[in-house]
Amino acid sequence: MTLLAMQRSVIGVLILCSVWICSQALYEDQVGVWDWHQQYIGKVKHAVFQTQGSGRKRVIVATDENAIASLNLRTGEVYWRRVLGNSESIDALDLVSGKYVVSLSNEGSSVRAWHLPDGALVWESLLQPSPGPAASLLVLPIDINHDRSNDLLVFSGSMLFAVSSVDGNIIWKSDLQATRKDLVIKKLSLSSEGLLTGVGFSETSGLVTVDIDTRFGEVSKVTPVGVSKALDTAELILINNVAVALDSDLTTVVTALIKTDQDVKVVETPLADLFSGHVRNSQILQTNLEGAFALRVNDKVLVVKVDSSTGQLSVQEVLEGSVVLSDSLHVVDDKHGVAILQAAEEKSSSGKFSLRVVYADSWDTFAVKESVTLDSHRGSVKKVFLNAYLRTDRSYGFRALVVYEDHSLSLLQQGEIVWTREDGLASIIDTWTSELPLEKDRHAVAEVEHDLADWLKGHWLKLKATLLLASPEELAAVQALRLRSSDKNKMFRDHNGFRKLIIVLTKAGKVLALHTGDGRIVWSLLVPGLRSQSDLATTPLRLLPWQVPHRHALDENPIVLVVGRSDGGHAGTGILSWVDVYQGTELRSLKLNFPVKLVVPLPITDASEEQLHLFIDNEHNAHIFPATEESLALFLEHKANVFFYIVDKEKGKIVGYRIKHMVDNFSRRESDGHVFHTEPVWSIVFPSDSEVISSVVSKDPNEAVHTQSKVLSSRDVLYKYLNKNTIFVATVTPKAAQHIGDATPEEAGLVAYLIDTVTGRVLHRVTHPSVQGPVHAVFNENWVVYHYFNLKTYRHEMSVMEIYDQNRVGDKGVVQLMLGKHNATSPVSSYSLPSVEVKSQSYFFTFSVKAMTVTSTARGITGKHILVGTVGDQLLALDKRFVDPRRTLSPSQEEREEGIIPLTDAIPIFPQSYLTHVHQVEGLRGVLTVPARLESTSLVFAYGLDLFYTRTAPSRIYDSLTEDFSYSLLLITIVALVIAIVVTWILSERKELSEKWK
Amino acid sequence: MAIAKSFRQISTLVLVCLIFTFASANSVTPPKTSSSYAVEGRVKVEGIAAKVPASKTANIKVVLNAGQQVTFIRPDGYFSFQGVAAGTHLLEVVAMGYYFSPVRVDVSARLHGQVRAVAVETRRTLSEALVLEPLREEFYYERREPFSLVGLLKSPMGLMVGFMVVAVFLLPKLMESIDPEEMKRVQEEMRNQPTPSFNSLLQGRS
Repeated sequence: MTLLAMQRSVIGVLILCSVWICSQALYEDQVGVWDWHQQYIGKVKHAVFQTQGSGRKRVIVATDENAIASLNLRTGEVYWRRVLGNSESIDALDLVSGKYVVSLSNEGSSVRAWHLPDGALVWESLLQPSPGPAASLLVLPIDINHDRSNDLLVFSGSMLFAVSSVDGNIIWKSDLQATRKDLVIKKLSLSSEGLLTGVGFSETSGLVTVDIDTRFGEVSKVTPVGVSKALDTAELILINNVAVALDSDLTTVVTALIKTDQDVKVVETPLADLFSGHVRNSQILQTNLEGAFALRVNDKVLVVKVDSSTGQLSVQEVLEGSVVLSDSLHVVDDKHGVAILQAAEEKSSSGKFSLRVVYADSWDTFAVKESVTLDSHRGSVKKVFLNAYLRTDRSYGFRALVVYEDHSLSLLQQGEIVWTREDGLASIIDTWTSELPLEKDRHAVAEVEHDLADWLKGHWLKLKATLLLASPEELAAVQALRLRSSDKNKMFRDHNGFRKLIIVLTKAGKVLALHTGDGRIVWSLLVPGLRSQSDLATTPLRLLPWQVPHRHALDENPIVLVVGRSDGGHAGTGILSWVDVYQGTELRSLKLNFPVKLVVPLPITDASEEQLHLFIDNEHNAHIFPATEESLALFLEHKANVFFYIVDKEKGKIVGYRIKHMVDNFSRRESDGHVFHTEPVWSIVFPSDSEVISSVVSKDPNEAVHTQSKVLSSRDVLYKYLNKNTIFVATVTPKAAQHIGDATPEEAGLVAYLIDTVTGRVLHRVTHPSVQGPVHAVFNENWVVYHYFNLKTYRHEMSVMEIYDQNRVGDKGVVQLMLGKHNATSPVSSYSLPSVEVKSQSYFFTFSVKAMTVTSTARGITGKHILVGTVGDQLLALDKRFVDPRRTLSPSQEEREEGIIPLTDAIPIFPQSYLTHVHQVEGLRGVLTVPARLESTSLVFAYGLDLFYTRTAPSRIYDSLTEDFSYSLLLITIVALVIAIVVTWILSERKELSEKWK
Repeated sequence: MAIAKSFRQISTLVLVCLIFTFASANSVTPPKTSSSYAVEGRVKVEGIAAKVPASKTANIKVVLNAGQQVTFIRPDGYFSFQGVAAGTHLLEVVAMGYYFSPVRVDVSARLHGQVRAVAVETRRTLSEALVLEPLREEFYYERREPFSLVGLLKSPMGLMVGFMVVAVFLLPKLMESIDPEEMKRVQEEMRNQPTPSFNSLLQGRS
């Protein structure tokens, strides 16, 4: 090996080392010092209790986020949690023989059994259901195949399956539509003699009952039931062999007594007999009550008891207002409890509810009647699950699991809330961060408080820990000390900008503020303006900063704007709500008269620092908010420079618009804003048979760019093309738009575009044959990194495009740049004819990607990390230098100095560069990065079902001492030096003296 | 070196064998369409189970086609996907602490759902009892170097101390070894250009 080659390899190793170091690793004892991780499950829709036996008491829940979780009944913490695939919504959940949790998911097509203590998958079985009504699961009290275990019955669509609970094998299956095509079986019941009866509708004869043999699944008898009236087929209830349905006019309740050996007896009861007053609407509620059913008439709920021998109906109770009934629970002997939760006072915000548990058999004896005060800020109660336990005095006590309007979950026992989980946080749809308030009176100095001995002791322990001399107990003490450091949890701004409020908007229309220090909820607000009324469902859409005070930061609070849509009634009109970020209160709300298609925040603020927003409706009119005269004047000033574009993915079209003149015939209502006409300026239509828009990515309008130029090792200068109005658009062939495996390499292809959104000019276009989506991309400064799947090599790839401005090539050279003899300060205009040079390169990347973003720092000086949410729900920090298009196989000496890494075909993945380290952000959906005030550091918040927050320094922390900097070591060194000086001084003094004596 | 070490650890650890069977061979679940097959496999978890708690191995997921289907492994390591169309697919194993290569899986329609699988990272074809190894075990934390005197001395502060020790104790020794006449000459020169001694500096004498 020649000396030169050796030198090279040494330098290469050094560079690799430096890259390695930059990949921001974490020591194990730093876990939790500045990061936090929270686990959520989502809105609970099914729950079963496991409180029998001596084992740990738990409740198993299934949620809207496709999670199955086992919760500790005493504390509400998660024992285990399994999150199914995105498309696998859970239909039913039950317990079998106290050992297994059985879940039915994916529209009744997959049954899985989970081991109760640890959530391990025991078996799974795929069924082939036919489409039909909601799938249901029934644990039979009998053993069909003699394996000493009760078996399961899965009913989905028209198919009925008997499944062994031991191994998931299908014992038999039966198509109930085999004999009659028009048969729709709604409910099944199993009589005590072991006879299975199905009840449903058919087109020709109305009500039909079907007898099914449980041994072999044969349909033994189909009995049409003659009913004089046509029936409403939406809902059918089966109670103790009595079928209950409404007629098609919704005015009569039809009950049919099904006896296996006799004819079916039909009783018709007009609603007028049950309910005095005019019936506007009526509906049978989907509840499971013993011997009774619930009927909603107008806005009252009637509990109607059914006599199983005569079919006579009698109203037990009329419940008014918002009331929730649980399914009935078998308590003891023939007693069945039902929980009724009702707001104590109508329209009050006190949060007082009355919880009653009644025995369904007699209905008038209360097992429990207590008043509970629930958190009023969680809204109304949506669901109740009841559980009974035996008290020491042999009487029965009840617990109730309550699901609130904001998707949070509480356990009630003896009139108290035992625990509450904030599970709405599992469905975050938008995020923003806000600065904390300024510290008004700076008494922080006086709080250098905690006494010196403690401080010294802490530092002594830290020193020992850094020198690895500490014992495990001492290490634990250090860890506790670090976690306790109250500094990070204070409620005002810090010098480094690490303390912030993360504002999130959840699917339930709740806005929460989380503190970055420890992730605690500072305030939460179920936005009143967005709360769904009984007839008007609303969907929250976006969270936007409305007012960020800088000039009056001490006395004014930031305000966020929540944009929502009302779904019912008026065709999707918009709703706006303004929320104070420090107080957590709604300032005002506004129902718009138009649907909001797009919101464009403008970079203009008025005198009160309210940001101007453009709301585009379906007619492409632009509505300006805030609707003040001042904002109008401001907007008119900037009107010529306002452009926006609308992406229509269905039609494969992107259209750019500009603002024309004001609409004058509008009545000046506040809910309209200032209305302007717009006109299309340009449009790009992608050929629909060969290109489908896969992703459109724009730049963050607030990103900080430190320099417009890039100085090469040859002392040449490249100028970055930094036009903020550039978007990246990726289209794929229609076949390649779906899943991997759908298209062959020949059918697939991706086209990447860079488009100027002001002029519609395509700046660059590149095709990648044989690759397919989904495409994830990140656009920052002058580069785009996008991730896709290559069908030829069958690997994921990441491509990079770096865009350089060729117009400025004339003024090359660092000297000119330094002397200011360049045009770098001239404004970038979309109208100037651009001539861009795009450098690109592709690299293999191992994983599928769920989300992608880039770190952002205060001034953009620090290097960049691309944050990749991988298929394993981890967050990987990838140095941008790995996806540099200028990497070559053997970079020259100068290029290496510049930080160019030798070319490799794949991007290396270091386990230490996972920001989430041992955690997973289950169901990762998005990542938010915010600059800290400290230039080196970027704050990262990843959300999915779980939340994870950390901070990262892409180029290491170069502008402050790290947390583990040992002040005590510094002190000791200084003290040692002083002692050394004194000692040497004395020594030299003596020596001098002895010399003088000579 | 570190990689080689972890390989050794892994070699005892995990073997994933995928056994692919034609769904209709399974009497229980005949496919509705002829091109829908079952893909079954096994992750041999004995090694992992010894290292991480059971609650972690139970959360090992297998992902088909970047999220089209997701399934979990059973305690014995078996997993299966059903209703997989003929064609080429991608399997990814998600196991915290282990790095698995994605696997390209070709399900053949002509050969009744017979399967060929290639680990795409290593480009190795997995033999008919498809064997897939995790490429490495992953450690998410940087390891603290154990306390060592050499390490301390190599730190900037250690180097400074070392230099001072050399200056204080070795330089006088060097002076002694210099020829006395030479020394005298140098001292002569020094006298011509008087510089304050360390001692006088301390006492504030000029």
